[in-house]
Amino acid sequence: MSVIEQPKGIDFGRPMRAVRWFGDAVSHRLDVRTISVCLVLLAIALAVALVTLASGEYQVPLPDVVKALLGQAEGRIHMVVVEWRLPRTALALILGAALGMGGAIFQSLTRNPLGSPDIIGFDAGAYTGALVVIILLQGGYYAIAGGALAGGLCTALLVYVLAYSRGVQGFRLIIVGIGVSAMLTSLNTWMLLRAKLEVAMAAAIWGAGTLNGLGLDRLGPAALILAVLIPLALLMSRPMAQLELGDDAARALGVNAERTRLALLVLGVALTATVTATAGPIGFVALAAPQLARRLTGSAGVSMLPAAAMGALLLAAADYLAQRAFAPTQIPVGIVTVSLGGVYFVWLLLREARRQ
Amino acid sequence: MSLTATSQDLARQDARRPGVAQTNALRLGWLLLAIAVLAAVLVASIAVGSKDIPVSTVFDALFAYDDSDDHAIIQALRVPRTMMGLAVGAALGMAGALIQALTRNPLADPGILGVNAGAAFFVVLAVGLFGLTSIQGYIWFAFLGAIVTTVLVYAVGSAGRGGATPVRLTLAGVAIGAVLGGISSGITLLNPTTFDRMRQWGAGSLVAPGYETLWAVLPFIAIGLVISMLVARPLNAVALGDDLAAALGANMARTRALVVVATTLLAGAATAAAGPIGFVGLMVPHVARWIVGPDQRWIFLFTVVLAPILLLTADIVGRVVMRPGELQVGIVTAFVGAPVLIALARRRRVSGL
Repeated sequence: MSVIEQPKGIDFGRPMRAVRWFGDAVSHRLDVRTISVCLVLLAIALAVALVTLASGEYQVPLPDVVKALLGQAEGRIHMVVVEWRLPRTALALILGAALGMGGAIFQSLTRNPLGSPDIIGFDAGAYTGALVVIILLQGGYYAIAGGALAGGLCTALLVYVLAYSRGVQGFRLIIVGIGVSAMLTSLNTWMLLRAKLEVAMAAAIWGAGTLNGLGLDRLGPAALILAVLIPLALLMSRPMAQLELGDDAARALGVNAERTRLALLVLGVALTATVTATAGPIGFVALAAPQLARRLTGSAGVSMLPAAAMGALLLAAADYLAQRAFAPTQIPVGIVTVSLGGVYFVWLLLREARRQ
Repeated sequence: MSLTATSQDLARQDARRPGVAQTNALRLGWLLLAIAVLAAVLVASIAVGSKDIPVSTVFDALFAYDDSDDHAIIQALRVPRTMMGLAVGAALGMAGALIQALTRNPLADPGILGVNAGAAFFVVLAVGLFGLTSIQGYIWFAFLGAIVTTVLVYAVGSAGRGGATPVRLTLAGVAIGAVLGGISSGITLLNPTTFDRMRQWGAGSLVAPGYETLWAVLPFIAIGLVISMLVARPLNAVALGDDLAAALGANMARTRALVVVATTLLAGAATAAAGPIGFVGLMVPHVARWIVGPDQRWIFLFTVVLAPILLLTADIVGRVVMRPGELQVGIVTAFVGAPVLIALARRRRVSGL
């Protein structure tokens, strides 16, 4: 059905493979290094996930974990691994992938390695929405998720509209995002100040981004939505790369620049929104994953698939640390990602300084 | 990074733009006007509050104190708060003007040097690990945190042969701020008492009983202001770019070091006294530049007068809008400052990143 061959006649400068399906009806190119990096990253992410499934207050030997996953374990081990720990770890993997892709989209759109969904005020808006539900309306989980979604989307829309004048430029988007975020953040501070201590603290833990205590009921909806969004994002990765050439060049290649940009923006917000609604705003994965992946693949710009694999690995690893670093106390995973992300940043700066 | 590169282009466009007042006589006139407005705001800040006091009583309390309730309120609460606003406002505004001149980034704010994150981190340590409870005790921790963090940011930003370029300083500030912020929220979320104290501190407020806090930070603010006036001239050269500035005889390394010292003293002292208050340092230098044009000496002079006007007005607004409750001044400045920032970003024609 499909044939993989070395492309002839064109030198891409990197090892490439052409894949043809159904004779010659459908064909596409594969970058060998990108694909191998993705596979390796996914393998490590799965390994980390296995270790996370094995460890905890009740240690399960790795072979038993694998058995449990294959449905061959019973009783206590099945309950601990599959019913208690698996939903959370699976969430870490898919939410991490979604964050990585969302980050890749925003960094490509703003053409700025510091671009991330919080730049258009999404995280601050989602937190505001959640706080309104938690503190003023005393709502439950689905109400909080709804509030976060509404808050994040309205904020993103507001920032987009405010930054719009004859098209949206990356720089203006960033500045307007910073401004709107600052207002929302002070609104959040005010709401936290007015709330009772326990309520405020629960809200703040949500605001840090946490996977603690998330079970099958949260995994289901998130997995369903991401099963639609992730393939869509992968389909958009080609126009995204073309858009990076500049609007004129992209138009010459047959891309409707403004419409593609809007579609990417919606997709990026939707990916991030799903994560935020499920687990709260988890910082830095969206920022670091695309850049780390780009370094590994040696590609010119950020790309979707490696960013997704790297995001899954980062969040799975961060969640392992969040569970085990101060065991038995579990800290919000967002705190781990933000701290480690900052350390990564400092390291990057020092390394570049040595190079000069 | 391209963000900073573009904002530096902006700064260059900005530097060429003459101000509204183009002669020194006009500038002096504007300055006198600003001082008059400041005086009016000072009186208003003493008069307005959950209990409004007539202006005549305000003057009586200041110059002919007679121990009545109104006079007691004024002497014990309103005047210290107003003086605090004056000092903290001037410090925040000047810190912003310095950091914008040094980084040639019109959107720079003292916060980018990690001052707020560092102060917050040390206050969290003081409350969470050492169990400190009094506001007076926080001050020194906040100040120490601001200084240590700024030194750290400067060290990371200036590592290597390139030296402390604006871009590297900004990135180092963002990175270290993120690490400290993450650890801070980790500690606060594990401990309800710490969380409660930090949410109070984090809003930013000028309320402090008596003059103790003010006297503690005032010497540092004074030293910071003096250094600022000394570096105003070399900073004019910095606007031309590092190479040209060096060719003109400006000692870049010394200027940068002095500016960082002054910014740390000013922003650190202000944050220690009042908690993190954003946007004053960002906005005021822009207004000053709009009035007087690109000369840093005039910009600095105007900033010192205009910044307290903004901060005290925000404080008055915070007292009035939610009577009998109060809105913390840091919350008000964000609500006033953010629209200004957005307007600034929309007004200019900016080339894409």
